[in-house]
Amino acid sequence: MIALAPLLFVLPALGALINFLAGRRANAWGHWLGVATVVASFVIGLLLFFETLGLAPEERTREVSLFDWIASGSLNVDFGLRLDPLSLTFVLLITGVGSLIHIYSVGYMSHDPGRRRFFAQLNLFVAAMLILVLGNNFVMLYLGWEGVGLASYLLIGFYQDRPSAATAAKKAFLMNRVGDVGLAVAIFLIWLELGTLQYTDVFARIGEVPGGTVLAITILLLLGACGKSGQFPLQSWLPDAMEGPTPVSALIHAATMVTAGVYLIARTSPIYNLTETGRLIVSLVGVVTLLIGAVIGCAYDDIKKVLAYSTVSQIGYMILAVGLGPAGYALGIFHLLTHGFFKAGLFLGAGSVMHAMNDDVNMRHFGGLGKHMKITFVTFGLGYLALIGFPFLSGYFSKDAIIEAAFAQEGWQGWVFGGAATLAAGLTAFYMTRLMIMTFFGKERWRELKGPDGKDYHPHESPATMTVPMIVLAFGSVLGGFLLYSIGLYEWLAPSVGELRELEGGVLPHALVPWLVVAFSLLGVVIAYLVVGRRPTPVERPSPVSVPVRAARRDLYANTINETLIERPGIWLTRALVFVDNRGVDGAVNGIAAGLGGGSGRLRRLQTGFVRSYALSMLGGSVLVVAALLAVRFA
Amino acid sequence: MTPLTPPPIDYAAVAPLLIVLGAACVSVLVEAFLPRHQRWPAQVALSVVAIVVAGVTLGVYAGDAPAQGVITLGSTMAVDMPTLFLWGTLLVLGFGSLLLIADRSVEPGGAFVASALERASAGAAPGSTTGPSGVDPEHVDRSYGAPGDAPTMQTEVFPFTLFALGGMMAFVAANDLLTMFVALEVLSLPLYLMCGLARRRRLLSQEAAVKYFLLGAFASAFFLYGVALLYGYAGSVRLSAIAEAAVGTDRSDALLFGGLALLIVGLLFKGSVGPFHTWTPDVYQGAPTPATAFMAACTKVAAFGAIARVLYVAFGSTRWEWRGVLWAVAIASMVIGAVLGLTQTDLKRMIAYSSIAHAGFLLLGTMAITQAGTSGTLFYLLAYGFTTIAVFGIISLVRTADGEATHLSQWAGLAKRSPLLAGVMTFLLLALAGIPLTSGFTAKFAVFSAALSDGMAPLVVVALVASAIAAFFYLRVVVLMYFSETPADGPTVSVPGAFTTVAITLGVVVTLLLGVAPTLVLDWAGAGGFTG
Amino acid sequence: MLDPYLALLFMALLAGAFALFSVTAAPYIGPRRYNRAKLDSYECGIEPSPKPVVGTGRMPVAYYLTAMLFILFDIELVFLYPYAVAADSLGLFGLVAVTVYIATIGFVYFYEWRRGGLEWD
Repeated sequence: MIALAPLLFVLPALGALINFLAGRRANAWGHWLGVATVVASFVIGLLLFFETLGLAPEERTREVSLFDWIASGSLNVDFGLRLDPLSLTFVLLITGVGSLIHIYSVGYMSHDPGRRRFFAQLNLFVAAMLILVLGNNFVMLYLGWEGVGLASYLLIGFYQDRPSAATAAKKAFLMNRVGDVGLAVAIFLIWLELGTLQYTDVFARIGEVPGGTVLAITILLLLGACGKSGQFPLQSWLPDAMEGPTPVSALIHAATMVTAGVYLIARTSPIYNLTETGRLIVSLVGVVTLLIGAVIGCAYDDIKKVLAYSTVSQIGYMILAVGLGPAGYALGIFHLLTHGFFKAGLFLGAGSVMHAMNDDVNMRHFGGLGKHMKITFVTFGLGYLALIGFPFLSGYFSKDAIIEAAFAQEGWQGWVFGGAATLAAGLTAFYMTRLMIMTFFGKERWRELKGPDGKDYHPHESPATMTVPMIVLAFGSVLGGFLLYSIGLYEWLAPSVGELRELEGGVLPHALVPWLVVAFSLLGVVIAYLVVGRRPTPVERPSPVSVPVRAARRDLYANTINETLIERPGIWLTRALVFVDNRGVDGAVNGIAAGLGGGSGRLRRLQTGFVRSYALSMLGGSVLVVAALLAVRFA
Repeated sequence: MTPLTPPPIDYAAVAPLLIVLGAACVSVLVEAFLPRHQRWPAQVALSVVAIVVAGVTLGVYAGDAPAQGVITLGSTMAVDMPTLFLWGTLLVLGFGSLLLIADRSVEPGGAFVASALERASAGAAPGSTTGPSGVDPEHVDRSYGAPGDAPTMQTEVFPFTLFALGGMMAFVAANDLLTMFVALEVLSLPLYLMCGLARRRRLLSQEAAVKYFLLGAFASAFFLYGVALLYGYAGSVRLSAIAEAAVGTDRSDALLFGGLALLIVGLLFKGSVGPFHTWTPDVYQGAPTPATAFMAACTKVAAFGAIARVLYVAFGSTRWEWRGVLWAVAIASMVIGAVLGLTQTDLKRMIAYSSIAHAGFLLLGTMAITQAGTSGTLFYLLAYGFTTIAVFGIISLVRTADGEATHLSQWAGLAKRSPLLAGVMTFLLLALAGIPLTSGFTAKFAVFSAALSDGMAPLVVVALVASAIAAFFYLRVVVLMYFSETPADGPTVSVPGAFTTVAITLGVVVTLLLGVAPTLVLDWAGAGGFTG
Repeated sequence: MLDPYLALLFMALLAGAFALFSVTAAPYIGPRRYNRAKLDSYECGIEPSPKPVVGTGRMPVAYYLTAMLFILFDIELVFLYPYAVAADSLGLFGLVAVTVYIATIGFVYFYEWRRGGLEWD
């Protein structure tokens, strides 16, 4: 049955290819083809999962080599798959949630002229993501990594007529490139040290690598993870990515792709196991991010952006968990799975609300929607309870486990990690309750307003293709945590990420932690009720606000910081180079004026096109080369 | 008088070169004696046959060529494994370019300037029947001769191509610096002329030709000064003699390094490596697109083949002295190419800057004086050449009434009208950006890993950053094609003729194959090292 | 150590001084008797066309073609001369080589001839 493994990613890839190439004649059936391929992949994934479950734990890691991809002298790269508990877990998450979201999109995109293109790109994403998690070496990982980046870029910019979508796509792309460079350098470092990129060989021999290099590799891998997963300091692209269609936000920017960073660290756990400093940096990044995400989430009025910052924050939890080492890898994956369910469900719910409200995303225009769309309200409500960690729902099991593990650290780390995670749990409860109240309860503020398209609002429940996936995901949100916990997820993952270490010691008694977390969450809910629920919500956002709120509304100035540190020097470098190069600039075109290209239009009159200036620059270069060579020799 | 013994010549080894140059001479005769309307078919047939026969001869010889190579023609030519690979690369890339050059369906009569009679009848000033300089560009752009006649082109472009190709083949095989210089001129002079032969936008084309010629002459002078200094140092122009002289003598190193510096400047110019790249954007933009494809693909191969040979054979032992300088050059090239490419609004200029960035990456491979460095460079050249030819083939298809539409804004929304073309272009741009499963990724991987294992880690980091930046402007084109509104008076996409179709298909298929299954070609590229 | 270069420097100075002296001295000490031929752009060769008002005017392009052809055969002859001297000792190989050489130049000549480069118009 293992021979079926390549079909896992080949089927969605074929779906993408056919949808891309078939042109208009596929408009009628292209979306169903997209759904069929992903569902087929899910079935194959299930078969492989049950087959693997029948094997002894030490036999559960299997490799399939498809062909020699690059084989030349010292450079050997296999086009091979690694089927082990970790990759199969991801396969089920990707294809399972992916299938639901494909079905949902059939309804959501039914009025969109670009539906076939949308499904082609969504299929492309699924294929790339499967290659990412299934590959048995770092080059395959990189292939998938670039592939999902490309698909995400295309899908964020899907609504091509909106400049904001193009800008968001560009931002996502640029920030991801920063991370990709880190990943690429890490891969090259590994190759340089060990001469191989197969996981098996690398993990077997990573002990031979000097400690400093291992630390460098872990930090560079973390940089890659930060780019893909929207972690500090590269977090600000993820909320902007909500410009894409909502199913994309659910699948790519909540459930699967953005968790690739967590996968990366869990997959390379043998490397992280060697360096405590590396793991500490991972945890710190996670802690900073989970706080940032939670704080900013409190300030936005855009329903998707609140959910996006919530995603940033929750992935922060996962990164914190995998940074805790053997005591945390399985916990991070656990939270990743439950989060995949309830966050996908929340996004689909948000999409359903937008569908009903003329694509409006401003929660201040909502209110009292619970009466009008009951299924959405109930499924969204269950996802909400799961997210804030309501006892015995999904989030309760996975998030509390992480907070417990954080408190089980010794010394300042226990207090800082555990304290931050608990505080963020309270904040999560606050902003999610605020979202619930503003959307589903209270006065029906939309009755006096017009939609962004100038029409009146007529909230209505969505069609069955949309509600069914929401219901399925709601079941996952309610039961997923308990099920995964009780069927032994930790033991299942052990062959891939090692046995989960029992918690011992720490700064707080373990029994106390769940109570503490629940208390904080409750506090958050109550405060939200007091602040938002008891008085009418103004339709316009109040403008003179306190300093913290203002900072949160501006993403804690992340964009300003990026602009100052990265964009400005980039622009100046470009200008300087153009100045030296004397030509080649016709001014900016089609939105490239922003970013690196900015300002070059002003330099037009400096372009000469004269042979004499070209010759002069050549002469200058030659003089430099001659002088430098002689200087090197005789200095 | 005592008879002199002529140097032994291994005819089997140099046969491909002789075939190409011989065909070029015959091609001149065809120009001289055939009537005008028969020239185009005769020239196309002759060139295609010559390149195919040369390729077959090369294949037969390479089948059982000695692994260490042979040095023949009185030690002026080294036919070793890299030479054979480079010859093969040049022949297949030359074949692809030739197809683009020969195409007459996309532009009636071909991309090259109309023949003299047509131009005269189109109302050019009397008495100026020779040379493009006498023709008023206003008239050429409007009329193609008497009504009813099929437009023809200046078929001299075929002997030019063959001579240039022959020169490139000699260039990469040259075992001494004088032969290399002669080959440099043989490959350059036809290229200068080809640049000035565009049917449309005559002034831009001629300006490009003159610029290329002046700067090329300037660079040749540098090269020749370098040769003179090196001869002064080693007492010989043979590459291996320079290497021997550099080991264990107390001669003044000033001559050696001064000579190397000037020599390498001349070579870097041909490879359009920054800061000696200044001609590249103007020439790529002004030259007729098929000629640009030929230059971008084949000249790059020739230049880097020669750079690799010179550095490997003659300067391998002194690499610790010169490497720092070339580091700076490579960084300059990568940064210039990647950053300035961002601000370009003309597609051909953008590809020109991309080629400058690629030249920087290639320099990494040539600086690694190892087997892996050589094979990585060779592989990169092949992969890049095919991708580039296909890119220019596609650029030649997107047209308005005034000729090619190379301004970026004209490509907006192209995917809506021609999804296939946009898809192919996207794939090729991804290959240029080095996304996995395309040849660009494998090539970058091979070159970067070679550089890394030869102690150039910081440079590899710079290269990765540069390729990350460069990826941005490739993707900008993709976004434009897919995500932008079509302008009202947008260009049309021509249906390519058989020649252009074959050339583009060839480029795309090879780009994909080298990305998915590069092993075979990597093995060929790594079959043996340079012989000096 | 500088001794050998000192002589070279001296030589260079001397050459420069001579050139400078010749150019500056000529207008002062040379006789000036102008006639029509002397005022032409070139004392031999083609009249510039159209006649210049100031400066040298333009040459017809055919002039350059002829000049190129002249250089071509000039160089051919330069290479033929050493062959003629060593013809005996080079034997058959030399004969074949030089034939190929002449043929190659012949091709170019044929091209120029057939395409009208030699027709003065």
